[in-house]
Amino acid sequence: MTRLRNLIPPLSIVGFILAVWALAVIPMNAHLTADQAQRGGMVLTPEAPADRQDVSGLMLALKNPQIIPLTYVQDRPRLPSPHQVAVELYETVFTKAPTSRRSLVYHGWVTLSATLVGFVIGTTLGILLAVGIVYNRTMDKSVMPWAITSQTIPILALAPMIIVMLGAIGIQGLLPKSIISAYLSFFPVVVGMVKGLRSPDGMQLDLLRTYNASANQGFWKLRLPASMPYLFASLKIGISAALVGAIVGELPTGARAGFGARMLVGDQYGQPLVTWAALFGAAITAALMVGLLSWLERRTLRRMGMAEAAV
Amino acid sequence: MTAPVITARHLDLTFETNDGPIHALKDVNLDINKGDFVSFIGPSGCGKTTFLRCIAGLETPTAGEISVNGMTPDEARRARAYGYVFQAAGLYPWRTIGGNIRLPLEIMGFSKVEQAERVGRVLELVDLAGFEKKFPWQLSGGMQQRASIARALAFDADILLMDEPFGALDEIVRDHLNEQLLKLWARTEKTIGFVTHSIPEAVYLSTKIVVMSPRPGRIADVIDSPLPKERPLDIRDTPEFIEIAHRVRDGLRAGHSDD
Repeated sequence: MTRLRNLIPPLSIVGFILAVWALAVIPMNAHLTADQAQRGGMVLTPEAPADRQDVSGLMLALKNPQIIPLTYVQDRPRLPSPHQVAVELYETVFTKAPTSRRSLVYHGWVTLSATLVGFVIGTTLGILLAVGIVYNRTMDKSVMPWAITSQTIPILALAPMIIVMLGAIGIQGLLPKSIISAYLSFFPVVVGMVKGLRSPDGMQLDLLRTYNASANQGFWKLRLPASMPYLFASLKIGISAALVGAIVGELPTGARAGFGARMLVGDQYGQPLVTWAALFGAAITAALMVGLLSWLERRTLRRMGMAEAAV
Repeated sequence: MTAPVITARHLDLTFETNDGPIHALKDVNLDINKGDFVSFIGPSGCGKTTFLRCIAGLETPTAGEISVNGMTPDEARRARAYGYVFQAAGLYPWRTIGGNIRLPLEIMGFSKVEQAERVGRVLELVDLAGFEKKFPWQLSGGMQQRASIARALAFDADILLMDEPFGALDEIVRDHLNEQLLKLWARTEKTIGFVTHSIPEAVYLSTKIVVMSPRPGRIADVIDSPLPKERPLDIRDTPEFIEIAHRVRDGLRAGHSDD
């Protein structure tokens, strides 16, 4: 019951967005629908196509209400309607074999595999850097500014360079995309883990000193377990960033597969439905990954007796 | 009479802060004998916690000498000569009560069998038998503090240093824990250093009361308690008890007159 109640706020927002989207379809597609309808013999006001350009989409639809239903079923709409995207998603996910190039599952896996590899690399790197920053004064002073700087460079500018340079030394396919994923996902992990590893207070550190504990013991018995809630928060941001990284890595190189490739193809060949389906496919994949991590977080923290700490 | 367990001679400690130096301890001289229950009492800023931390080797005095079990405090710390109880229980939320008590034992490399045996024994000692598998948040504040005392006892150090361990607890729980602490002290014959700012607590518990005063932190008075070792709670209504409490209060007031 409480579960159901928890669903109400997010679902109402989804409903609201869908409603706005559905309404926006009418003015967005009004002009191209009108042109098409006229070719089919429909009488419109204003009659001359050139005059119609001066009228807003909304006015055009209001003056010619008979075109409104048609705005929702265009083959190449400027803005596809929600149900068109849903149908495209359904068809490319469920009715095509996952090995087919027309299946979104195929493209999704291409992107996701690069994402996961990059995420693992980024997370590992992030944790190692955080440990270095916490335990080494020089690294504390030197690494953090660079980590922050690295995130201010637009990834769209950097991604093609990484891909071209790695291509030049013969590295192609999954790895260059993973490196971009790693580049985006290490940062939240560094920030979160530095905070997490530093979360034990002076008293807890003093306690270990009274036991004459080694630095190693302090890490494994105190700092690392104390950082777990922070780590999971970072991982959830990191995985989304990694997915964005992989998609961006597919855009500039004319990749033939992956969500990024589908978006580009849809754009270049005037197939907005393909682009939109890929967009939603990516969003759903990200949501599934974050959901999986949330589940893992709850499980881990409950097992550690820290369920209270995880809100 | 054997040599004192803890001796401090002309102990001085100055903290350098952004607002200039703070003279936390000035010319502190004290002997603590084996089996003593010594309370440090005084207003905040009198250096009572700082002195306890000097004994524990958590602070380094700027001048003077201090020895614990005939060693420097740092050597004593490395030899794990004392158990330390902080103001807050500071239990690890991700460990059960048993796991928390095992923490020092794991660090010190006790065998699994011995760990289990010791955890059982000290839980018994602080009346928490049966709570081994509970997590800290499932226990009340008083029980958590008892668990932290058990943790400090688990590795059998002869000295127990306690820094306002019951300061955050209400009066009723505090009375109960004081009574338990005395029983525990009688059973284990440990040497206890106990920081407090409660006069009745200091008088009730101690064989020796060290009254301290602030700016600079120093010892104003040392009172050897004439009270018997056996102390029911209602000993606090006897004339002897009230007389000691008066002397402590006078000592505290004298320390305050010069500010």
